[in-house]
Amino acid sequence: MLRVVHYINQFFGQIGGEEKADTPPLVKEGPVGPGLALQQAFGDKAKVVATVICGDSYFNEHVDEALDQILGMIEKYQPDIFVAGPAFFAGRYGIACATVCKAVQDKLGIPVVTGMYPENPGVDLCKKDVYIIQTGDSAAQMRDAAGKMAKLALKLANKEEIGSPEEENYIPRGIRVNYFANERGSKRAVDMLVKKLKGEPFTTELPMPEFDRVPPAPAVKDISKALVALVTSGGIVPKGNPDHIESSSASKFGKYDLEGIMELSAETHQTAHGGYDPVYANEDPNRVLPVDVMRELEKEGKIGKLHRYYYATVGNGTPVAKAKQYGQAIAKELKDAGVQAVILTST
Amino acid sequence: MVKELERAGLPTVHICTIVPISKTVGANRIVPAVAIPHPLGNPALPKEEEKALRRKIITKALEALQTDIQSQTVFEWQ
Repeated sequence: MLRVVHYINQFFGQIGGEEKADTPPLVKEGPVGPGLALQQAFGDKAKVVATVICGDSYFNEHVDEALDQILGMIEKYQPDIFVAGPAFFAGRYGIACATVCKAVQDKLGIPVVTGMYPENPGVDLCKKDVYIIQTGDSAAQMRDAAGKMAKLALKLANKEEIGSPEEENYIPRGIRVNYFANERGSKRAVDMLVKKLKGEPFTTELPMPEFDRVPPAPAVKDISKALVALVTSGGIVPKGNPDHIESSSASKFGKYDLEGIMELSAETHQTAHGGYDPVYANEDPNRVLPVDVMRELEKEGKIGKLHRYYYATVGNGTPVAKAKQYGQAIAKELKDAGVQAVILTST
Repeated sequence: MVKELERAGLPTVHICTIVPISKTVGANRIVPAVAIPHPLGNPALPKEEEKALRRKIITKALEALQTDIQSQTVFEWQ
């Protein structure tokens, strides 16, 4: 029977939520949490022999150390397959799954499979190298994801031929495979054009990669004369969260007045973010939105002026399309107000 | 959001803990932060030292805003 080692975060590892996100790597014998669904999908073909659990914040704040420890733990169990996640739309978890998978594949030479929602930042980090089963954006799709991951993992371990992304449900890796088509290219192209003209659905044979890069804006000539604005995705809002910005999947951003405010404090501000341990930000919100230092620099003439308003949203499971929309709206307001430079802080 | 601000022609510096995410998203000027729950602070330090740390990071961010770059650049302060 094939041996499987599974990687999950502190939440799925049943250690705790954000307050336990700084948990260093640890290993448990047998399947834990989502590992049970995996085990069920593997049936008697493979056995989840161990589960490595690591806090999402710990991993991302100590990548090299964590990776060393995790690789050591995995190697000890001599697995035939390594599975990480699924991470769904959890950003830090996705980055951890991607990083660990790449390292296991490269350094230990073991086949790996993970699972993520296409907008997870972990996807771009490893999709060229690692098979990522495409999942929904929440753990509600656990059973479906685990089934697809187990199926692909078995194929990889048995060195069977891996089908196309559509057949195997993984995120395209940008690899082209030659095959014999039934009809020649000119006929296929005309067929596609006819479908397009009729308004019928068609599938391109050469999807264009999406390169959405913005060239760097020119440098600020003299910051000591510039109007500088603060923006954050860390969810810092006035106490009580007057606009009710959601703790995840935020549907809006807020614009808040800093007139006369020399620093933020636990009495005046708080975080609305549900994706990190809020204790430190609530205790001293300057740790996320550095109003105190900006005021100091303003007084000393190191910056021209701090813009009267700051903008905030919660960057936690926020779809790219929404973030883009908020960014555009904020940019317009800042430009209209004559702002010349922006400091954007993220947790 | 960083990308849309820059697209509008506003020089923007992204202070964030997970630099790979910032790179993937397409930020151009990136300054690494301290930790996810306290990017611009460290609760283990006395208040004054913590503020000095915050000032150091912001000073680096201001330097980044005044630096002409051709591609994504990480401005280290550590």
